[in-house]
This record gives sequence, structure tokens and C-alpha cells, in this order.
Amino acid sequence: MNRYARQRIWFLVFWSVALVTLSILLLLILYILANGLSSLSFEFVSASPSRMGKEGGIYPIIIGTLMLVGLSLMLAAPIGIGAAVFLNEYVRQGAATSLIRYATETLAGIPSIVFGLFGFVFFVIKLKMGWSIISGAMTLALMVMPTIVRTAEEAMKAVPLSYREGSYALGANKWQTIRFVVLPSAIPGIAVGIILSFGRALGETAAVLLTAGSSLNMPQTLSDPARSLAVHLYILASEGISMERAFATASILVMTIFAINLLANFLMRRMSSRFSQF
Amino acid sequence: MDSENKIVIRNVTLHYDKFRALDKISLDIKKHHVTSLIGPSGCGKSSFLRCLNRMNDLVEGARVDGQITLDGINIYNNSEIDVVDLRRRVGMVFQKPNPFPLSIYENVAYGPKILGRVQKSDLNLIVERCLREAALWDEVKDRLSSPALRLSGGQQQRLVLARTLATNPEVILMDEPASALDPISTAKLEDLIHTLKSSYTIVIVTHNMQQAARVSDFTAFFLMGEMIEYGITKSIFTHPKDQRTEDYITGRFG
Repeated sequence: MNRYARQRIWFLVFWSVALVTLSILLLLILYILANGLSSLSFEFVSASPSRMGKEGGIYPIIIGTLMLVGLSLMLAAPIGIGAAVFLNEYVRQGAATSLIRYATETLAGIPSIVFGLFGFVFFVIKLKMGWSIISGAMTLALMVMPTIVRTAEEAMKAVPLSYREGSYALGANKWQTIRFVVLPSAIPGIAVGIILSFGRALGETAAVLLTAGSSLNMPQTLSDPARSLAVHLYILASEGISMERAFATASILVMTIFAINLLANFLMRRMSSRFSQF
Repeated sequence: MDSENKIVIRNVTLHYDKFRALDKISLDIKKHHVTSLIGPSGCGKSSFLRCLNRMNDLVEGARVDGQITLDGINIYNNSEIDVVDLRRRVGMVFQKPNPFPLSIYENVAYGPKILGRVQKSDLNLIVERCLREAALWDEVKDRLSSPALRLSGGQQQRLVLARTLATNPEVILMDEPASALDPISTAKLEDLIHTLKSSYTIVIVTHNMQQAARVSDFTAFFLMGEMIEYGITKSIFTHPKDQRTEDYITGRFG
């Protein structure tokens, strides 16, 4: 067999693998949408649930989810990025930083249910915050922080030394260099970390159930309990309340993730075009 | 020579941890002249250059002994001069052009903005003046907000020069500024150096001896961390005093 033919065969192999992967993904999404879109309506997203979710809509759940995920990111992002800046730029690389990084990596791998248990015992019971958005958000923040620290660090490490040297040679100090050269260059990478975290927080079920509860009421304050979309989906399906509405909720989740990723791509492209050579 | 000394270097030794990169260097950098540093790879000329604006402070384990004065002020004495101020007064152009991933305008405006004191209207004037001095204005005046990284190598190097000029330096250090450039850009850069020396003091590290001969008034020859010989460029190249200098110049090594 000649070299040319072999190249073509490998090309076909990789092409098929990609096709299979994409097809499975597409199948999954289409199946969910096919079963769920029919139950979607304006009423569904704007009304409150009734009869334990068998009828009515999911409006308070949408609000609750937004509050939970939003607050968790607002907590995790500044602390995570700050930690990454500290580790990368201010501390001498050595045993201490290796240890911190190892701990972060380990945290990133711990199963969500463990975080859920921790959140339940510590936030809900010990700190007496009860089942609430704040308990849920803090637990979620703990879960996503390692990812944010890791991606922020990688993004900052990727900023070339030549940029930093150029900045110092002009008379800038360390903080100015970080603020005006390193962080702006690292933003596309950091944004990826935040988007990934958003996706994870949106999908967490057990941990949110254990810390934010499952109340169907509209949350008014951060100390109110709330049900997230993922939890609602779980309850509807596992307790046999309504499969159609479960699929409808799943459809909303899937479409939200799509929209977020599109937004992320758009933002990243816009930011990189300022920065790139092309 | 009766021109005054801008920078005086006396018995400077540089260590990177245990490695001695420079050994008791003494040299005068004359004001409003171009001094070139030549020598084979690894001889310490770039390390020496980086001592002049304390960029070696950024390297862990770097230690400088000896004395370097700028207009009589010891640059390593923190009570006499602030390192930020030093770097404003002594600018540096690196070997590989390193414009920031920002627009052309923002690159040039970076220095003044960092140092704090400028109005937007003044900033426009500064940017134009520096781009003109770097012979880049005509080529970029209509696209100041486009990304700097889209410029060609030669243009980027001139942009970096403009950026350095924006802090109103007195000395410009150049570390093999043309080694990444094509011959035409190199020629343009050399012409620029010639024009600039009347307003600035220039120290240039170069691998290219013909360039040193073309561009500089004084030349110092470095070899393995020592400065072997220093003098008027023409003398160094026509009748060097040290055999090692002659060997290098005639291409017997390096």
C-alpha cells in the first residue's frame, strides 16, 4: 500500500471518529429537545409551579438557579483569580507553591457529593445558614474555585516573558505590569475557566439539593431556600411527577448551555482579535 | 575625549548564583555618542547591558558588585534613585520586537500612562512625536488603533523604539536590535540610530561587526565576562591593541 493511500485511510479513520462523537452528542441533544420542546411555552417559563410541578411553570426555579449560579461565580471568580495572581506572580516558586497547587488539583477531583455533604454539615447546620441560596452558592463556589485558579494560572503563565520585560523596562512596577499587560492578555483564558465553571454549577444536582433545598417558592432573599433547574429535573423524573416537564426543564438547561458557550466564543474571539496577529 | 560621561562603570562584577557572568568591568559611556558592545555569544555583553537599567534585578540570584553611576548618581543606591525613575531615564529595546498585544497608540502611550501624569490631549502629541522620531508616523498615522502585532518585524521594532522614546529617556540601550530584522529594516534602524544620537546616548549590543563599525563612535570588546579592550571604534577596528580583539575582528573565532 502506498503512502498516499495510507494517509487517506488515516484521514477517514479520524473523520469517522469525529463523526461518531458528534453524532452521539447531537443525538442526545436532539432527543431531549424532541421530547421537551413541545411542553415549552411562554407560560412554562413565566408561571409558578403548581401541584408539585405537575402543572404550571418554572419561573421561581429559573430565578433561583440564576441567583445560585450567579452568586457562586461572584464569590469564586475574584478569589480564584486573585489566588492565581498571587501564586503566579508574587510568590517564589518552590515547595510551598507546589503544595498549594497539588491541593488545588486534588480539590478539583473531589466528587461533587462530597462537597454537598460538606456544605450541608458546615454551612447549613453548623453555621446555621439553613437550606438557602447562600449555602448553595458557597458550596458551588468551593467546587468551581479550583478550576478557576487552574485556568487563570495557565492563562497567565502563557503570557510571554517578553511582554513583562517590555513593561518593566518602561518603568512599570509589578502591579502595573500585572494589571495592564498580564491580566488583559490572560483574559480569554480566564473567561474559559469561568464559562466552564458556569456550566458545572448549572449542572450540579446532589450538592445543590443538600444545601439549597428544594423549595418551590420564589426566593426573596439570599437566606431563602431555592430549587435549581437540575434539582427540579431530578425530582420530576425520579418521583414520577411529570416526564414531559422533566424533558422541558432539560431542554431549557441544554439551550442555556448552548447560549452560554456561544457567548463565550463570541467574547473570546472579540477579545483575541484585539490581541492577535491576524 | 572631551565629551562628558553619561554612565560610568567601575569594577562591576555580575553573578548569577555561583556563575560569574561579568568580571570587574570598567567603562565610560559618553553622552550623545553611540557605544557598541561586541563579542562572541555568551560573553556577557547582554548581561552587562541589563545592569545599566537594573533589569537584572528581575532575575533571581543575580548579584551586582561594583559601581554604576548615571550622571554621577549610583543607580544601585535606592536612596539616591528610584528604580522606576531609572528605567524611565534609561530605556531598552530588546532583540526580538516585543510590542504589547494592544493597539499601536496604546503601545506608545503605555509609558506615559504608567508614569501617571498625562492628559489625553498631551498623550496624542506625545504619541505623534515619538512615532515621528522613530520614523514610523507616516506608515501608521491612519491606523493608530489597529493591533500592534499586525505590523511587520521592522515596523514593530520601530514601534518599540517609539514606545521607549515616550518616557523621555536620556539613554537608549539596544540589545541586538536588528538581529531579527531583514537588511532593509536593519539599514533603516541604523539610520535612525545615527539621527537619534544627537538627542540621546545610545549603547548597542551587536553580533554584527560591520554594524558596529558603521554605527558606533566607541566600541568595547567583551570576551568570557571580561572587557578586553575599549576605545574609538575606528581604532579598535583598524589597529586593535589586544591579540584577542584582533582575532575576533578578523574572524578567527566567534
